[in-house]
Parts: sequence; C-alpha cells; structure tokens
Amino acid sequence: MSADYNVFITEETIEGADDGLLADSTVAVKDNISTEGVRTTCGSEMLDDYVPPYDATVVEKLKDAGATIVGKANMDEFGMGSTTETSAYGAAENPAAPGHVPGGSSGGSAAAVAAGEADVALGSDTGGSIRNPAAFCGVVGIKPTYGLVSRYGLVAYANSLEQIGPLAPTVEEAAELLDVISGPDGNDATTRDEGDGSDYASAATGEVEGTTVGVPTELVEGADEGVRERFEAALDDLREQGATVEEVSLPSVEHAVEAYYVIAMSEASSNLARFDGVRYGHSGGFDGNWNETFSKAREEGFGEEVKRRILLGTYALSAGYHDKYYKQAQDARAWVKQDFDEAFESVDVLASPTMPTPPFEVGESLEDPLQMYLADANTVPVNLADLPAISVPAGEVDDGLPVGIQFIGPAFGEAEIIRVGSAVEN
Amino acid sequence: MSDTSAGSEESAPGPEEVRHVADLARVGLDDDEVERFTDQFADILDYFETLDEVPEVERDADLVNVMREDEVRDSLSQDEALANASETEDGYFKGPNVS
Repeated sequence: MSADYNVFITEETIEGADDGLLADSTVAVKDNISTEGVRTTCGSEMLDDYVPPYDATVVEKLKDAGATIVGKANMDEFGMGSTTETSAYGAAENPAAPGHVPGGSSGGSAAAVAAGEADVALGSDTGGSIRNPAAFCGVVGIKPTYGLVSRYGLVAYANSLEQIGPLAPTVEEAAELLDVISGPDGNDATTRDEGDGSDYASAATGEVEGTTVGVPTELVEGADEGVRERFEAALDDLREQGATVEEVSLPSVEHAVEAYYVIAMSEASSNLARFDGVRYGHSGGFDGNWNETFSKAREEGFGEEVKRRILLGTYALSAGYHDKYYKQAQDARAWVKQDFDEAFESVDVLASPTMPTPPFEVGESLEDPLQMYLADANTVPVNLADLPAISVPAGEVDDGLPVGIQFIGPAFGEAEIIRVGSAVEN
Repeated sequence: MSDTSAGSEESAPGPEEVRHVADLARVGLDDDEVERFTDQFADILDYFETLDEVPEVERDADLVNVMREDEVRDSLSQDEALANASETEDGYFKGPNVS
C-alpha cells in the first residue's frame, strides 16, 4: 500500500557519500532548504522553477554523512502556516490521522516520516513549524537552540527566529540527525561552537531520576481536555521513573503570540522583498515600470497567507507604527527570555502540551487567520527566547489523533531535553 | 493610548489604507483580497494592541559583532548567477524600467 499524502513537491534522489553516520538512511528535506541542481520552491508559485546553484550547509552535511535524500518535502508557502494547507502544490495529508492536517509548516517532512516515505527528515521551525507537525503526525521533532545549526541556504522567512532541525520516529534518531547537522559554519555568522562534535544521540538514555520538570501553568490552561489528560499521563509516567514535577509561572508568555507574529511578519516583509522576478522567481513580464511590474509578479506569485503577512509586516514597520508594534514586540521578547531564564534557575526542563489541540480537520482553520495564529501559543515562546525544545508523542485522543508533549531546555541544553524526551518513550 | 504621527485615525486600516500598504509593499491585490484583508486586519491588529500591556524590560543585550577578514573567495560563476533569471542580456540581469 502506498497512499499518496502529497508529501513531496519534488521527488528526486540525491546520493550522499558511500559511508557515514547516515549511510543507511533516507532523508526528506523541507523545500525551503537549498539543494544544488534540484528545484527548491518554498511551496510557492513564486519559486516554481527556481533551481539553487548551491547546497545549504545542512545538505552538504547530510551528503557527507552518507544520507540519501529522497525528495523535497511539502510545506506551507514560505513556512507561513500551521497546517501545510497554504502550499501552492496542494495540502499534505496526515498519515497518522486521515482527514486531518499534518500540521505545519514542515507538514510534508513530518508526514514523510510518519508514512515511512523517509527514515528521517529536516524541517525548519520559526514559531513551532517542526514541533507542531511532529505532534500532529505522532513523530519526534527538535527545534535547536538558535545558532546551533547553520541557516546558510535556508530561504529566509524570519531570520532572528528560525532554525533547521530534525524529525524522526524516535528521540534517538532525531538526536543522531541533529549530531550530523549541528556546529559552526563560516557561512552563517550567527552559528556558535556548542554543537561542534556533539554526541546528542548518546543522551537518549531514558534516564530521568532526579530531574526536575517545571510545568508553566499558562501553557496548560488553554489546552483541550483530552490533550491535558495525555499530558498529565506522560508527567505521571515521568514521576514514576523518578522525576520531580513542579508548577512554575511564566506570565510573559501571555503576550508571546502577538510579539511573535509582529516580529515574524516584520522580518518577512523585509526578507520577501527580494522576490521581484528579475534575478530569479516568477516574473510578471516587463510591461510598465519597475514598481508596477514588481507588484504584478508578486500578486501572481504569492499566495494569500504570504501576502497577508507581508502587508501586516509592512504596516507594523511603517512610520508612526514602528514604536507601537515592533518596539513593544521586542520588549515582550526580552520579557519572555527573562522569564525563561528565571525558570531555569529552579528546574532542569519545562514541559507543556506541544499543541493545545489534536490535529485540525482539513479546511477547518483556513477561514480565520487569527484563530490559526493562536494555535501556536505553546511553541512560539521558545523561538522568542532562542531556546531548544523537543516534541515527543504522548499518545492519542479520540481514537487515533496524536498528541505531543514538549520539553524546553536552557540555551544549548539539547542533551537535557533529549534525555527527558527519551524517558517518555519508555 | 499611543499617539501615532502617521495614520490618520486610531482605528484599524480601511480599504484605502490596505491598498496604500499594498502599494508600499509592492504587492498587487484584487478587490476581493482588499475586502478580506480589511476585515481580517481589524481583528489581527486589535489583538496586537494587547502588546500595550507589556512592561518595559531591561534588555541586557550580550551581543557581539562577528567579524571576518574581507578576503576574495570563490563565488558563483556569472552563468550560475544568471541561470534563474527570466531575462538576461550580455551577462547582465535584464529588468523593467525603474521609473
């Protein structure tokens, strides 16, 4: 049986080196990560025929590790969406929950792993885009600390927030893939040395004796009852294995969603200004002057969610509104960071449901963008604070809808969240 | 609340302002999109207003500049750089008139 979940935008085999850590592994790569000579669309009409002339650093690392790339995975257009329904190449489906979305924006990557179309996958996470589809598809996803993984060759949406990270069936396999892609890169000045020569895979020991898990009440209150039950059951399980669970409060996270969207949209409006159809991308033809041609190319090439975010970002940065929206969002970001810092003085990791709901039904969230944005409440604080987080399957509700539990660590605390995450699998 | 110098009124942008922002962003919109965005922006910007409740936070930025020598390195060839352009001429990108 080979059901078509519309996992790939481009199916193409890219062979890696003969041996290495991933010599026996197939990998799906999200279609916003550049692959030399292989079309990279970002899920957009705008880049329908764009063929990058170079590899992203993470793709070079995959090849060096002997991985076989099996395709470019479907995604929300330019990473903007929480369901993989805004792809210009049609929605991906959730192999773990038919009739439901796989989550987004790395929905194709998560679905590829859930359906067995690839052993592991790379996604990118700007406000939850790895953890959300991991939770919805019943797989593991890691959003690394900002600066752990090179973004060179990742088509930028919101630079200050996004990181490339792994999706896999198990915590150990996700950690192994993270070992391959992490580390400093001369082509990305925001990378740091911490991931150099890492051995995160060996941290997946399932050992939580003596670990203190903090639960931010604000990130549990809004969750569906079924999701909360699964979450509490996973915590009970950790307690039985010797962990201590205590409540903590992070008042700042109440403002994380609005801060996240103001910052992400502002950065998007700037980043996506490069798509003018002249050097690459969909061209509107050359009737009229630059501005008219540029506007036409972008009207035709961009989908509605992308236009919505570019316009809101342009508005938020425009004269008179900058202080009102962007500056306040930066204050909120600093507050969120401070809150997390204080929490980690008393706990080792923080835990929450990854998503407050089980996977949405197909089409459910498209009409109301604000409702879709609110679904990211538990994942965006992590990106604002530049921290690492993992989503691990925590069972199902309603006969087959996957639920994920998220563990958040201090900066460069990947080993810690991998260790605790692996205990959930016990 | 806040006194903005631009933007004539305190309320959310109307259809004309949505068109104006779209012009600034160089994104063409059809009439349906203008109508939908006008409604949606009212809700979304109203929600963003809650940022007013955020206290001013001391940002102890431990930022450092990352510098490297500015040296000549390998780069894309001219052919590679032009490969994705819809129109080129004599080794250059060809674009529309600027004004």
